[in-house]
Parts: sequence; structure tokens; C-alpha cells
Amino acid sequence: MSASTDTISQDAHDEHDHHEHHIPKGITRWLFTTNHKDIGTLYLWFAFIMFLVGGAMAMVIRAELFQPGLQIVEPNFFNQMTTVHGLIMVFGAVMPAFTGLANWLVPMMIGAPDMALPRMNNWSFWILPFAFLILLSSLFMEGGGPAFGWTFYAPLSTTYSGDSTALFVFSVHIMGISSIMGAINVVVTILNMRAPGMTYMKMPLFVWTWLITAFLLIAVMPVLAGAVTMVLTDKFFGTSFFDAAGGGDPVLFQHIFWFFGHPEVYIMILPAFGIISAIVPTFSRKKLFGYASMVYATASIALLSFVVWAHHMFTTGMPVAAEMFFMFATMLISVPTGVKVFNWVATMWRGSLSFEIPMMFAIAFIVLFTIGGLSGLMLAITPVDFQYHDTYFVVAHFHYVLVTGAVFSIMAAVYYWLPKWTGRMFDITLAKWHFWCSLISVNVLFFPMHFVGLAGMPRRIPDYALQFADFNKWISVGGFAFGLSQLIFLALLIKACRHQGEKVSDQVWDGAEGLEWEIPSPAPYHTFETPPIVK
Amino acid sequence: MDEQVKTDDNNQHANPTDRAAPPQHGKMVAKLVVLVFVMFGFGFALVPLYDVFCDITGINGKTADQAAVYEAVDVDESRTIMVEFITRTNTGMPWEFEAQTRRVDVHPGEMAEVEFYVRNPAGRDIVAQAIPSVTPGNAALYVNKTECFCFQHQPLKAGEEAVMPMKFYIDPQLPDDISFFTLQYTLYDISAKAQPVVDVAMNNS
Repeated sequence: MSASTDTISQDAHDEHDHHEHHIPKGITRWLFTTNHKDIGTLYLWFAFIMFLVGGAMAMVIRAELFQPGLQIVEPNFFNQMTTVHGLIMVFGAVMPAFTGLANWLVPMMIGAPDMALPRMNNWSFWILPFAFLILLSSLFMEGGGPAFGWTFYAPLSTTYSGDSTALFVFSVHIMGISSIMGAINVVVTILNMRAPGMTYMKMPLFVWTWLITAFLLIAVMPVLAGAVTMVLTDKFFGTSFFDAAGGGDPVLFQHIFWFFGHPEVYIMILPAFGIISAIVPTFSRKKLFGYASMVYATASIALLSFVVWAHHMFTTGMPVAAEMFFMFATMLISVPTGVKVFNWVATMWRGSLSFEIPMMFAIAFIVLFTIGGLSGLMLAITPVDFQYHDTYFVVAHFHYVLVTGAVFSIMAAVYYWLPKWTGRMFDITLAKWHFWCSLISVNVLFFPMHFVGLAGMPRRIPDYALQFADFNKWISVGGFAFGLSQLIFLALLIKACRHQGEKVSDQVWDGAEGLEWEIPSPAPYHTFETPPIVK
Repeated sequence: MDEQVKTDDNNQHANPTDRAAPPQHGKMVAKLVVLVFVMFGFGFALVPLYDVFCDITGINGKTADQAAVYEAVDVDESRTIMVEFITRTNTGMPWEFEAQTRRVDVHPGEMAEVEFYVRNPAGRDIVAQAIPSVTPGNAALYVNKTECFCFQHQPLKAGEEAVMPMKFYIDPQLPDDISFFTLQYTLYDISAKAQPVVDVAMNNS
């Protein structure tokens, strides 16, 4: 028995040394892969391609808004662009990027050999491209694609939409199934497959935030599936969930949608908190300040996210008592979020700071996400929201938290872990260009939106009053510059994937701590076949 | 060899791609899948929950969809409530729809009767459904209708006209801070859906 065990472990060892023989080649490697690293790579590239596609739509929007009046596209097409841009960025770029990072990093961080359910993992990725193919193909249908905004409020999506709504509904169903499968996989992996000694309170914060995010996904993606199903039956099968004539209520749609929608915004930011909590200590060469409070803050944000949904609906005519409740509950969220920002700053306090690219993105995240959080607090104030509702102020707010928040954190994560993935340092000159161009242009793009929003410019409209012309010109210039800056990132990523650049050590960054930095660079195809002992 | 792989703990992890999910995953996956279906059901449960919640609190301004019985309550002559009537038709609904009485002053507990005029100028028969909405919404709970055209759907032949009555009284429990409210009716063309709507009405009664 012991002899044969030796043989087997010898085989496993050989496999390690000559693993290139065991990595399948060609397209089938990617189609049939059940390897968490391959699937993570697929998710990340898919997210980046969707980021460029959604970004191209944003360029159409900004080109139309460069000048007042209608120049380039028809209003109906403009509406399709705002709608599909939102859907792609939320479900196609940010969420798959975080899932990709979870696939790559969660098993390596907890000392597991792979995700718990590798075959389901393959499936949850490979249905995604079909979802977006369906969504994008609807743009070429007669009457165009979805044009009712990514929030698909009834009756816009039920009474006043085209036949392509069915395609929209099915693509959202598939995206939802993909996210739910991914989330189940993450939960089972984290709960069942931690290495011996990896207790809950020793898990890196990225793992913690993803565990909580996965539970949020499992809780609210089915509600979204229910909402789109109701839209489908209302539109095509004569039900009246949201049709007042048949006894339904259009406001009910908004309640169901935002019951999903508010936890959804935390789904898109909690993993970002985990990433920043990994990067800041590394480049401050200190332990994260207040680890336990970070865990509890994340959990409280997740719980609070279920009781604030109606702050998106202050203008629907709620009773004052409900408006007060949702206003104060929303403001309460700024307490745990403030704890997090405080902890990051306290981690940097008196640290031996160095400003490598991931750290620059992380610091930009902390500053700019805080700006987005503060404009969110302004929107939470009910009487003020009556003025801000559906203006560019809202657009400025959620782009600060999603672009300079979630997207910047994803970029920080890619720069931080890319050398571990490829074994080579990325092109630092290109990365610096990417950082500074993005940082400047993103603020030229989104900061003036606060002003035009406060002055009353409505969102989702292809034309505007003349007094907004100067600001919109600058916003568009910033938009084009931000879009072009991402091509620098594309060039950098292609270079990195071709394994150009200097070889890096196993630890890569000299302040980095954690299991993923103890394995060789580049990370071998199979890691932690024998679980490490965590002390 | 296969057997040995199964019995050896270390080798369970040796080749992740060939490894079936260990049984303890199955249990947890089953729990999570149940949670997914529960939440999918919860999304649909929000529909009746919303109706019940609004019925109890009256916050969406809907009045009861069934006739109230007039109870001989004391008329509170110390208060006079002004009730305004607004009519509108939904987009694409061609009917003329007007309140014959635009405004009434009533004491809480006192019966009042108002009439609405409708005409179908279109060249086709249309079935309509009127949906009431009270502003401010919390007054809706205190509007008791003993008779209303909105309890049924209203069929009119092409060119036909009608006068539709509505009788109501205000519950004397109406909060003191409400001295007037607006009752709005919106007419929807439900000719296409007329059959399902009848079913809904029957289910409710």
C-alpha cells in the first residue's frame, strides 16, 4: 500500500515537472477546461472584451452628446445604446471580471487544488458568451434592441417595447443562471475546501468579501429572474403583474427590480473592497488595520443592502414615514463603508509606502470611490433627491462608484496578480501611461456631470438645453480620452500574455503575504494538490 | 489503481479534473439550490405581499375593489372634506371621459353620489376598465364606495355613450390632517384582455 502510494505521488511529482505535457492544447483546452486558472482567464478576457464593447457604446452616446441637437444617431438608437451599455457593463464586464478573479485567486488563497465544482464552473462560463450574443443580436432586429434603460421599468418594457424584449429577457435569464452557478461554486469552495488551519478569521479579505458577495448573488439573482419573467408574461402572455388595467401595479415592478438592484450594486463593490484590502497592506508593508472590523463591516453592508431598495423610488409617491426609513437606512450604510476607508488610510499611516502600479490604482480607488460615496449620501437625502432624481448627478454618482470604484479595483487586481499569473513583470511604462491617462480622463469625463446634473440636465436624453453645451463638450472629450486609454491596457495585456518582460520572483512584491505568493511564478497549472498547512 | 486513488486522501486532490465532487459538496450544493428556488419564489411572492401591504396601509392610493355596505354611522358635521374628481384615459384609449361633478364637499359619514360621462367615439366596440387612485394615498383606506362603475369593466359599442354613477361615503375615522383629497380615474382599453380580466374579477369575489 505504502509502496503504491509512493508511486502515485511520484507520478504526481513528474506531472508537476513536465506539466506542459498534460495541459491540453488548442481550442479544446479552453472549451473543455475545468481548471480554475483557465476559467479565470476566460472570464477575465471575456469581461475585458465586453468592457470594450460596452465602452464603444458609451463612445456613441458621448459623440451624440458632444453638441446639443441631434447629429449622429436616432433617439431610439441612442436609447438602445444607453440600455445595452448599462447591461453589458454590469452583467458582462464588472460581474464576470470579479468572477474571473475569484476563479483565479480563491483556490490559491485558501490552499485548495481547484474550485469545488469544476465541471459546473466550465458551464457557468461558457453560457455567458451566448447570453451576450443574444443580447447584442437583438440590436440588429427590426425595431432595434432593448431601449427602455438597463432598469427596464414597466410599462416601458411591457407596453412600449419591441419584440426583441423576448431576447433581452432570455439573455438576462442566462446571465443570471451563470452568476448563480458561479456563486454556488464560490460558496462551496470557500466553506468546504480551505486548507487545514485556514480558519474563517484567517481568510484573506478578498475571500471573505467574495463569500458574502456570493450569498448576495444567490439571494437576489433569482429575484431578477422573476422580474424579467413577469415582464415576459406581461408582454407576451397577457398577465397583468405590472398593468394597472388588469389589477397590477407598475410601481410593484420598481419594488421587485430594486429589491434585486440594490444588493446588486454591493455585488459589484464588495469584491473591490477585498482587492484594495489585499493591495494596500502589501505596499504599506504593514498588516491590514482592523481585519475583524473589515469582515464585520462587509457583512453589515450586505445585510443593510436588503432594506434600502426604495431609495431609488423616492419620487414614486411614498408615504413620508417610508421615505424617512429608507433615507436613514441608506445613510446608515455609510458607517461600515466609512470604517473600511478609515482602515485603509490607517493601514497606510506610518507604513513604508511605495507606489507601484497596483498601489496607485488602489489609492485612486480610495479617493475617487469616496467621492462617489459622498454623492451617494447626497442622493440619499429624500428632499434633495427630488431635485437630483434622473439627472446627470445620478450618472456621475454611479460612474464614480462603478468606474473609479469597481473598474479601477479590477485593474488594480490585474496589475497586482498578473506577474503571478504570467511569471513576468508587465510593461511598467505602459502601465504608468495607462494609469495617468485613465485617472485624468476619467475625472474630466465624470466630474462635470455633477454640475450639469445639479443644474437639471436629465439623463438618458439624446439632446440637451444650450447652457449645458460647454460642459458636455468637456465630458465627451474626457470620454474619448478614457476610451482610448483602455487601448494602452489592451496592448499591455497582449504583451503580458505573450510572456514578454522580466521574470519575477515567487513573492513578486516584497511586502506581499498570503498563500498565492508562496507558489512558483508563473502559478503552475495545478497548485496545492497537497493542501498546505496554515499556521 | 483506481481503487488506490480513491482510498488515498492526498490523491483525491491529485488531478482535479478527474475528481468527482466529494459527497459533502453535494449536500451543500443542494441547500444552495433550494435557496435559489426559494428566492425565485420570493420574487413572485412579492406580488401578493405588495397587494396585501397596500390594502392594509393604503399607500398606493387604490380604493377597495368591492362594494362597501353603508353602515349607519354618525355624520361628523364638524368637518367638511372636499373631494375632487379627475378623469383621464390611458395612451391610445379614444374614449371621452369626464366627471359630471368636478368637486363635492361632504361631511365624513355622509353619502354622496357623483356621475361620470363616457362616450366611445371610435368606430369599434371597446371594453374599458377604470382604475381609481387617491391622492394623498393614505386617504384611500377611508373612501368607502357602495357603488362604482370601476367594480366591473365597461363595454361600449361604437358611438355609444353612458353616464356611470358612483356612490361613496367617507369613513369618519379619516385622519384629521386630511381636509381634501383627489380621486382620479384612469380608463384603460382592455378589449384585447377582456376575458382574463373577467377571470381576475371572479377570483377576487
